Amino acid sequence: MTYPVGYKYTKQHEWIDVKDGLGTIGITDYAQHELGDVVFVELPKPGAKVQAGKSFGTVESVKAVSEIYAPVSGEVTEANGDLEATPEKLNSDPHNSAWLIRIKIDDQGELSKLMDGKAYEAFIAEKNKEASA
Amino acid sequence: MIDSYKTEPAAKADRDERLSDHIKKASRNVSQNEGLIFEKSSHGKRAFELPPLDVPAADSADLLGSDYREDGVSGFPEVSEIEVLRHFTRLSTWNYAIDLGMYPLGSCTMKYNPRVNEFVARLDGIATEHPYQPQDLSQGCLRIIKLLEECLLEITGMDSITLQPAAGAQGELTGLLLIRAYLEKQGNPRKKVLIPDSAHGTNPATAVIAGYQVENIRSESHGQIDVDKLRDLVTEDVAALMITNPSTLGIFEPRIAEIADILHKRGALLYMDGANMNALAGITRPGDMGVDVMHLNLHKTFSTPHGGGGPGAGPVAMKKILEPFRPVPVLVEKDGGHLALESVRPEAIGRVKAFAGNFGVLVRALAYILAYGPGIRQATEDAVLNATYIRKKLEGVFDLPYSLPSMHEVVFSDAIQKRNGVNTMDIAKRLIDYGFHPYTTAFPLIVPGALMIEPTESESKEECDLFIDAMKAIAQEAATNPQIVKTAPHSTRVGRLDEVGAARKPILRWKPPSARSEAAD
Amino acid sequence: MRYLPKSPAEREEMLAAVSTKSVDQLFLSVPEQYRLKEPLNLPGPFSEAEIIKYFKERASENSLGYTSFLGAGVYNHLRSVITDTIIQRGEFLTSYTPYQAEITQGTLQSIFEFQTLMCQLTGQEVANASMYDGSTATTEAVLMAERLTGRRRVLVARSVHPEYRAVLRTYAKNSGLSVEEVPFQADGSVDARALQSSLKDDVAAVLLQSPNFFGAIEPVEEVAKALRGAGALLVVSITEAVSLGILKPPSAADIVAMEGQSFGLPPSYGGPYAGVIASRGKYVRQMPGRLVGQTTDVDGRRGFVLTLATREQHIRREKATSNICTNQALCALAATVHLCLLGKEGLREMAHQNLSKARFALTELEKIPGVRRAFKAPFFNEFTVELPRSVKLVNAQLLRSKIIGPFVLGRDYPELSKHALVCVTETITREEIEKFAGVLRAVLEQPV
Repeated sequence: MTYPVGYKYTKQHEWIDVKDGLGTIGITDYAQHELGDVVFVELPKPGAKVQAGKSFGTVESVKAVSEIYAPVSGEVTEANGDLEATPEKLNSDPHNSAWLIRIKIDDQGELSKLMDGKAYEAFIAEKNKEASA
Repeated sequence: MIDSYKTEPAAKADRDERLSDHIKKASRNVSQNEGLIFEKSSHGKRAFELPPLDVPAADSADLLGSDYREDGVSGFPEVSEIEVLRHFTRLSTWNYAIDLGMYPLGSCTMKYNPRVNEFVARLDGIATEHPYQPQDLSQGCLRIIKLLEECLLEITGMDSITLQPAAGAQGELTGLLLIRAYLEKQGNPRKKVLIPDSAHGTNPATAVIAGYQVENIRSESHGQIDVDKLRDLVTEDVAALMITNPSTLGIFEPRIAEIADILHKRGALLYMDGANMNALAGITRPGDMGVDVMHLNLHKTFSTPHGGGGPGAGPVAMKKILEPFRPVPVLVEKDGGHLALESVRPEAIGRVKAFAGNFGVLVRALAYILAYGPGIRQATEDAVLNATYIRKKLEGVFDLPYSLPSMHEVVFSDAIQKRNGVNTMDIAKRLIDYGFHPYTTAFPLIVPGALMIEPTESESKEECDLFIDAMKAIAQEAATNPQIVKTAPHSTRVGRLDEVGAARKPILRWKPPSARSEAAD
Repeated sequence: MRYLPKSPAEREEMLAAVSTKSVDQLFLSVPEQYRLKEPLNLPGPFSEAEIIKYFKERASENSLGYTSFLGAGVYNHLRSVITDTIIQRGEFLTSYTPYQAEITQGTLQSIFEFQTLMCQLTGQEVANASMYDGSTATTEAVLMAERLTGRRRVLVARSVHPEYRAVLRTYAKNSGLSVEEVPFQADGSVDARALQSSLKDDVAAVLLQSPNFFGAIEPVEEVAKALRGAGALLVVSITEAVSLGILKPPSAADIVAMEGQSFGLPPSYGGPYAGVIASRGKYVRQMPGRLVGQTTDVDGRRGFVLTLATREQHIRREKATSNICTNQALCALAATVHLCLLGKEGLREMAHQNLSKARFALTELEKIPGVRRAFKAPFFNEFTVELPRSVKLVNAQLLRSKIIGPFVLGRDYPELSKHALVCVTETITREEIEKFAGVLRAVLEQPV
């Protein structure tokens, strides 16, 4: 899978797509692959505040639970209701229809700390090399 | 005519494809199918009759009014006695059990569950006793409790004990609450508990329930506690360290006394998870090595049956300093040797469970100890001998991530087999075809792809050799025919089950067909 | 030693195989000063016959030959011999927790049946595979309500079993939960008005027991109505599970915690028993303990498997819903077998016999001058009477007639100083009830 160019990425494998001060956040294809089949997603409610670098929810597979970390700070405007009934979407379409939350971004400046598409691809390539070493 | 009596053997090639000639311990066998008991139910069948009512029949509607459950429990099964007996007998034949063969599960200590223990736990006068009956009429029960307490104190080298906790996890909680109460009395309960990353999951879960923050400490290369680093980690905020000894790698912590010392100097305490006592009983005593409080798992070291997941018991033994905080009730001896349970103790942490504990489990554990007496040491020796023997024979076949000697259990990794795409879970599933229960997969967390093997003393040399042969054969298959391992088991009633589906759309109970819908429960 | 399957020759062989001369060398990793030089000072070794003799002697020092009117959380009920026949099968008795589903379908399916039976009994949508007992199930249910609501206050009826309340207090102390007691009123049930006035939007749960410790059936529906809008969850604890054979289940409750001992488990001086937690379906992810789910295998066959394990300690570790690992599987199996044997009609009949015999006993006792029924609320198989003098002294005299008298309520409720909790199950005969009434009458006729 290619990584959408316009998105920004974190080292914990979250992505954020920014439009008009609103950010849509999800996890990357690499993350869903590491997790395996997703069985459950726990997300915050609209109105909740998220903080850059802090966990705002969890993604569960059968045998493991992973925290999801906010790329930037903001306030949740929407959580993806589809994922309750069909968590498997996270495995098949992590970059689009399986977005997790939408937020009103507090400080666009925080985005500069994140990686762009190319940098993220290089980051995972390194990780894959380490893993097979 | 005569020819028609000849039968053609079923296509051998297909069967051999999946069932190796190497498998000596197990063969295929027809087992009965059986649905859910509710699926056999029909109105009017009965399996149990009561003696006739010998008093005037109560008018339930009148007495209970709108609380009256006029039609009984909806959906409850209605079957006959033989159907119940067959139902559960058939189900039982689908299970593996210690009575059938080795269970090499690490840190579970799946040893023989002596049948005399079952017999004595069921005696009239033992099984029939009510916890609130007069203590004068309970001296037999109280003497059993007293003797078990004394035996466990002798084995652990501690000063005082409570038999109340219902399982190891509850024992851990009790131990931490004792520590908290003691420190509180000193003026400061403190904030943190140090837990090695090799620890069993109950350790951190319990620390949180006891109101402490968990600080995970990294094990050094042999899964042991880095004692030099520990000095810096033990601050005035640390209430205790939870140690498992031998560790979950089966390796003894040789500097345990030093660890205790470091903690004590800072006013902290040492808690020991006693799950691995099967390596120590009769050889050494945790109390002698500076442990302040520990729990035991009677369903592990002391042979009480696992029963598919319990009941167990998790007694907590402690040093004198913690004694005043013991949960109530506490066994006391009065004048003339009369025993009593005392429930009023001002400094007690309270109760962790109703009544005095899982008494029926305590009876079984005492019966086990009485069978061995001082000879309990030999069980420990055989347990360690079996594990050492298996380790020696499988070294080189499986990756051994450390070199220090192990005691009653050994942990390999799947590193060698991984090169061919075969992991610990696959090997474990293939072991089922060889007639064994799998070892513990993927624990401890500090060894990626772990195979954790604990044979216990209950395995004969023959059974150990069969296990070793099976593991070697599977390693060979992993190298030459990995698919057969990756798709195992092949011989069971059901194949690998869809755990993802079970978690995504949980179906956690039976419902009558009319009440079922597409949507999950 | 008969439990060790090795001959001396085999030990030698194995020692040689690991290049060791003596077994002591296997313990060199234990520092020398801590290696025991002497055998432990333990009684034994005993042969099988001696073990049996020891326990038979202890049994003779207990209460054989007495008739008991004790309940108070532990109940004598009829049990079929078939229950033991099944749970004594080695494949159930000596099997491990069913983590390897392919070879433990027997255990898994029976747990699925247990979960179903518990839902049917309690009127709830989901039940787990068992907790240690009623007292810890009740505590865990309250903690579950705390997690679900994020609130810190719990209102507990004082008519809940004293030991259950004590266990809750022990756990609550460390979780920051504040536990407040709600009094009972003159008829023996919870003081609903006092409850209402304590209800604010910081209450996580209200805990009731029904039938309560005095035997009184609580107005669960009424309490549930009062809670609506306050956002608190209703937790109902049940100590006498047989009551559900004839009483409507507390379907208005959000979480039910139950003691399953009445279903095929002997009193056994306090344990092991079988706790149950059941709740509304939407709370399942906060439920502690194991859960078995139905699924299919790779060929489409139905099978059962442990599921939603991410709630549990072995995965969630610090963030688990509970620290529970080992539960009471074999006890839950005994309950399952017992309930399948009793069936719908058997349970209903058993419950009706309890109701009838308790009713009869009350009628007989009320005929005795000085004995009066203490609480008006309807009851199942336990009721409270007030005597004209100390229950303890009366009980001491009853013992002489080999009768173990009722529970002394004054022990835990000082204001109920002359009150006794009488329990009559289907195991008590009419004769025994009449004898009890006769002896009590005679005792009370004597001067103090």
